[in-house]
Amino acid sequence: MLSRTAENLYWLARSVERAEYIARTIDATLRVTALPAAYIGKTNEWESALLTAGVSASFHENYQEATEANVVEYLSFSTANPSSIKNCIENARLNARSVRTALTSEMWDTINGAWLELQEVWSKGTASREELAKFLRFVQETSLRFDGSAYRTMLRNDAYWFSRLGLHLERADNTARILDVKYHVLLPEEEHVGGPLDYYQWTSILRSVSALTAYHWVYRETLKPWLIADLLILNDTLPRSLASCYGNLVRNLDQIGVAYGRQGPSQRHARGIRNRLEHSNMDDIFQHGVHEFIQEFLADNSRLGEIITRQYLI
Amino acid sequence: MAVAFDEMNGPGGDLRPAYQELSRWLDETPPEALEYRRQEAELLFRRIGITFAVYGDSEAQERLIPFDVIPRIMSGKEWTILEKGLKQRVRALNMFLRDIYHGRDILRANIIPEDLIFQNDVFRPEMNGQSVPHDVYVHIAGIDIVRTDPNHFIVLEDNARTPSGVSYMLENREIMMRLFPDLFARHRVAPVERYPDALLSTLRSVAPNSASSEPTVALLTPGVYNSAYYEHSFLADKLGIELVEGRDLIVKNDEVFMRTTEGLKRVDVIYRRLDDDFLDPLTFRPDSVLGVPGLMSAYAAGNITLANAVGTGISDDKAIYSYMPEIVKFYLSEEPILKNVQTWRCREPKDLSYVLDNLSDLVVKEVHGSGGYGMLIGPAATKATIEAFRDKLKREPEGFIAQPTLALSTCPTCTASGLAPRHVDLRPFVLTGSQTTTIVPGGLTRVALKEGSLVVNSSQGGGTKDTWILDE
Repeated sequence: MLSRTAENLYWLARSVERAEYIARTIDATLRVTALPAAYIGKTNEWESALLTAGVSASFHENYQEATEANVVEYLSFSTANPSSIKNCIENARLNARSVRTALTSEMWDTINGAWLELQEVWSKGTASREELAKFLRFVQETSLRFDGSAYRTMLRNDAYWFSRLGLHLERADNTARILDVKYHVLLPEEEHVGGPLDYYQWTSILRSVSALTAYHWVYRETLKPWLIADLLILNDTLPRSLASCYGNLVRNLDQIGVAYGRQGPSQRHARGIRNRLEHSNMDDIFQHGVHEFIQEFLADNSRLGEIITRQYLI
Repeated sequence: MAVAFDEMNGPGGDLRPAYQELSRWLDETPPEALEYRRQEAELLFRRIGITFAVYGDSEAQERLIPFDVIPRIMSGKEWTILEKGLKQRVRALNMFLRDIYHGRDILRANIIPEDLIFQNDVFRPEMNGQSVPHDVYVHIAGIDIVRTDPNHFIVLEDNARTPSGVSYMLENREIMMRLFPDLFARHRVAPVERYPDALLSTLRSVAPNSASSEPTVALLTPGVYNSAYYEHSFLADKLGIELVEGRDLIVKNDEVFMRTTEGLKRVDVIYRRLDDDFLDPLTFRPDSVLGVPGLMSAYAAGNITLANAVGTGISDDKAIYSYMPEIVKFYLSEEPILKNVQTWRCREPKDLSYVLDNLSDLVVKEVHGSGGYGMLIGPAATKATIEAFRDKLKREPEGFIAQPTLALSTCPTCTASGLAPRHVDLRPFVLTGSQTTTIVPGGLTRVALKEGSLVVNSSQGGGTKDTWILDE
């Protein structure tokens, strides 16, 4: 297929995934900031929402203070923020238009329909909490529909695999970012300086990767920070865990390799990261330092993006 | 202006045979039902994303072309005549182009003044002596046809560069069949769905000699911001060919390749929807980022076929248009089946003075204009506009032609106040390959939705209709 088509499919999936993640982040932050101050302490949760979205620096170039109104505006609607939900959806639609021939009509319909529907939100904004919640839900549903229609209707060929690569790479990046910002509340008990306040932080983390229920099914335990870290990093049954994302990345890259009769640097690099995840356990990671581990992962993950681009997309 | 010929209720108000069943159906169908389906059609168009962009209109970057649900119907007999005329016309266009870029018999015979060719911006000296596979220049032609009475078809304009609109012909039919199955069951409508297949075989038939037996065809688009982008992606999809932009192509050793995820792949035929000017920055406009550097040298080497060929603009230029009857006679020694609109060439002093004296009755067009921009419709224009045009004409007479205001035929059309006659034209698409010429029965009917308006262009508020040719 055309390199540009593959590139568009890859970015289309990334944009949709990102829009969903930002919507989840806002959602989770709204919940935690609605609690009385005694439950969450003095941290500014909106500041950490900006950090997990990776846009803190650019936000502060545009705004003075990380208030709810400012952050919601910046993350949802700002055109100055390249990964605002609005920009993600606009990008997704533009990419989708460029590769209409490679999309199934169900996928096109989801993106185009959502884009049409959201035009009104762009022009009017969300006047109330209720409207905001409705908007955030709509964005998440759009991502679910898009993902679902890709899964159910696309031919299993390179077009599908490239779109999956975009999805899992973005997903891994998002999960790692939350961990990076929140790692200090996930340290093992003995090193832990927080206290019961952190309970709400933990639920918030799980909520933003839609894993709150999953946690209880997997561990059958009350919330323990090191188990949360285990779930998000190493547990490959959780679709948003780093391990699961890399299982998928390796699988999709292998399929491309088989179809094209050739392996390359991206297959090798992805396999390297997956092997490291497979052979790690949380004790080692805590020993080594969660922060360092995540930093390394983020760098490795974005390097994979560059390698894929060089090998296939240009 | 004379009363227009209505294609349903013919001269004298007699229901014409092709419309009998439709008329009966309209009588049985309550207006609300019609209105309901009209809204449904609009929803479908928007969902599918069939939009076009209007240049210079940032408010509505993507607009829908209004769709009228009342079909325009022609009998098989009428179509047979039209089809014959179209084939004749396009054959003549191709022979004219071959001649202009080679022997130039027609100039030596003094049928067309030389300066109309050589001083014309759309004449491409690069094409002199260049041979094209099977001498086909215009592979895809869109010939705009109008009627003023039941007995004649008149060519309003030949489109021999990158004619658009065929996606509407196909989508209009799809939507009509979805919304009005009952109406189709009561007619024998000739299908149009084989157009993509016919187009693909046409394109493959003109592959260069150096191509493999399974030539690779690609559609070259200027990109998502082009007004006809929807059509480009639609056609690429239906033909099962890659939709490429200039940046996807690269020329190496005079061969054209596309960049794919598996490396470079050779392309043999490019169905290009990009104007000559932008094709190759090394040959034409150096500032073009839409084209492919070196494309013209691969073309000259005979390793790529461009459809349509470079330089076809010289055949559909409005100044050349007025010579079409002579062109048909010169190459084919036949009488033209399709008529031309009487045309005054303002470059000729006698014609100019007539035009200046009769501006308020005439339509004046820029020789190089298209899309209904920059034209004067005398009877509908204000005094000031007419005077402004008079100045333009005196300053640069060679830039204009003038034609009488035609009473274009009308068809019943949904309006705010019920069904009413509106003016229509028709753009059938003529495909010319190495061996065969194919015309899918029908074409794109455009309708001027404003009462009395004669301008059918989509950029000026025109709409479209499904066009039915009855198979008798």
